Amino acid sequence: MEDILRVLRNLDWSPLLISLKTGLVATVVCFFLGLFAARKVLKLSGRARAVVDGILTLPMVLPPTVAGFFLLLLFSLRRPLGSFLYQDLGIKVVQTWLGCVLAASVIAFPLMYRNARAAFEQVDVNLIYAGRTLGMSELEIFWRVIVPTAGPGVASGTILTFARALGEYGATSMLAGNIAGKTGTISQKIATAISQNGDYLTAGVWVVIVMLIAFFIVFLMNLVTGGRNRRRW
Amino acid sequence: MLEVQIEKKLGSFHLDVSFAAGNELLALLGASGCGKSMTLRCIAGVEKPDRGRIVADGTVYFDSEKRIDLPPQKRQAGLLFQNYALFPTMTVLKNVMSGVRSGARSEKRETAMAALDRFALSGLEDRYPGELSGGQQQRAALARILVGKPKILMLDEPFSALDSHLRDQMEQEVLSTIREFGGTTLMVSHSRDEVFRMADSVAVYGAGTIDALGEKHQIFRNPGTYHAALLTGCKNFSGLSGLRQEDGHTLFHADDWDMDLTVSGAHTGNMAAIRGHHIRMASAPGPNVYEMEITQVIEDTFEHVLLLRRPGCQGPAIHWMIPKGTVTPLPEGSVAVEFPSEAIMLLRK
Repeated sequence: MEDILRVLRNLDWSPLLISLKTGLVATVVCFFLGLFAARKVLKLSGRARAVVDGILTLPMVLPPTVAGFFLLLLFSLRRPLGSFLYQDLGIKVVQTWLGCVLAASVIAFPLMYRNARAAFEQVDVNLIYAGRTLGMSELEIFWRVIVPTAGPGVASGTILTFARALGEYGATSMLAGNIAGKTGTISQKIATAISQNGDYLTAGVWVVIVMLIAFFIVFLMNLVTGGRNRRRW
Repeated sequence: MLEVQIEKKLGSFHLDVSFAAGNELLALLGASGCGKSMTLRCIAGVEKPDRGRIVADGTVYFDSEKRIDLPPQKRQAGLLFQNYALFPTMTVLKNVMSGVRSGARSEKRETAMAALDRFALSGLEDRYPGELSGGQQQRAALARILVGKPKILMLDEPFSALDSHLRDQMEQEVLSTIREFGGTTLMVSHSRDEVFRMADSVAVYGAGTIDALGEKHQIFRNPGTYHAALLTGCKNFSGLSGLRQEDGHTLFHADDWDMDLTVSGAHTGNMAAIRGHHIRMASAPGPNVYEMEITQVIEDTFEHVLLLRRPGCQGPAIHWMIPKGTVTPLPEGSVAVEFPSEAIMLLRK
């Protein structure tokens, strides 16, 4: 008990802050990109839709380290895009917090996209038609009719996206690395605490914190989709 | 004023219709899947015809030759959807406000409030559509359409989502709304009674084409085709042979009924029909009078239906509708009935 208190007193809280910040920013990015992608994909038809849908879902199916591999291939300072961004625009992705956000966004994006798409597909197409005949612009119809009507699905997609972004490990460790106070997220902290120092106590404290956050997220999910969880059998 | 001439292919279904309507209520009558709703959607601009031309009040909505295809937002064509399509996450007021096309927010609000008042929805402005009754939902949807000052008004099966006791009341309400609107109104329906009560003109839809088009009394008196007669509620049909004209009369043999019949005036067609309500009990022998066997008596809500057949005839039974209390006692066994010359319709199949 005293050991736990000692760990807590001396705990470097930066991983929590970094993880939360990464999760939040990645969620905002994924929210808009996911809605946008879902909207565009639903306007496609046939084979084009299947191909685009497959590509957008890929990060969810691939091991995160594979996604990390591709991200490094793109943004490494020894690569054309990475060196262009750094030399000409002063933007550095590798080994920075931006890399954390980028990795988390890429990995979590399919969750937002797929949930939004599924929710949009449930919206009665007559509502869209009605909006058009009433003179509402397509953008107005999207934000004022489609998104609110698909609300529960979009909300649960957002929460799942946040959860996934918060816990991202594989791609993040490859792209952003684990620099304490800069890119060291909770997941990476747990891993290094054990693999490098065998410090089960510190790892355990972080595990409890992560579990508390996870419980809160699940609770939020059920609150948002509550209407659909009525007893059926 | 509305002129429509459109073609659209959807899989094996082919829609090919043309009609014009003035400032009247034109009903599109037909079975489900015959293209009535598709016609409305093409006019509203949410579906695109393959070919044709649509002009409303001088505005060209669509012209495939001139490559004109006005987006639905710019057509100002009011379309009442079958399920009303009220936005479920907006209050009634917000719903109606979304139909107002121009003005500042406060003006839109004022216009919408006035419309709610006119449609007897005052006090419900902060409710959500799901909290309204079917009739109130319909009124809200109509209000939302009419605040946009549409050039034409289109109603897609407006009463199908309502309970039957609400229907009669809403029918009259909708009718007075249409009168107030005063422009061209199209109404899709599969109920001949509804059409007869409400419409000025009727377009009877076959499978993707218009079988008959005209003033409603005209259409119900002489539908012209077998299909149109069927949709206007006629139950008795027979093939015919030996059609000939004599002294201003048309004579023929009704094969399925096994009867020789006479119709005044010159007519052509390959099928004979008579509405069950037009058959009369005969007082004396004469032309078009036959002794019929009563094979079955069906009691309906407000009438009896007697199934008649000539002795020995194998064809379909003739339905004779007798409003309750008009013939007492009901004939039994066999009865002499007249098929009035003016009630017999000659149709094309």
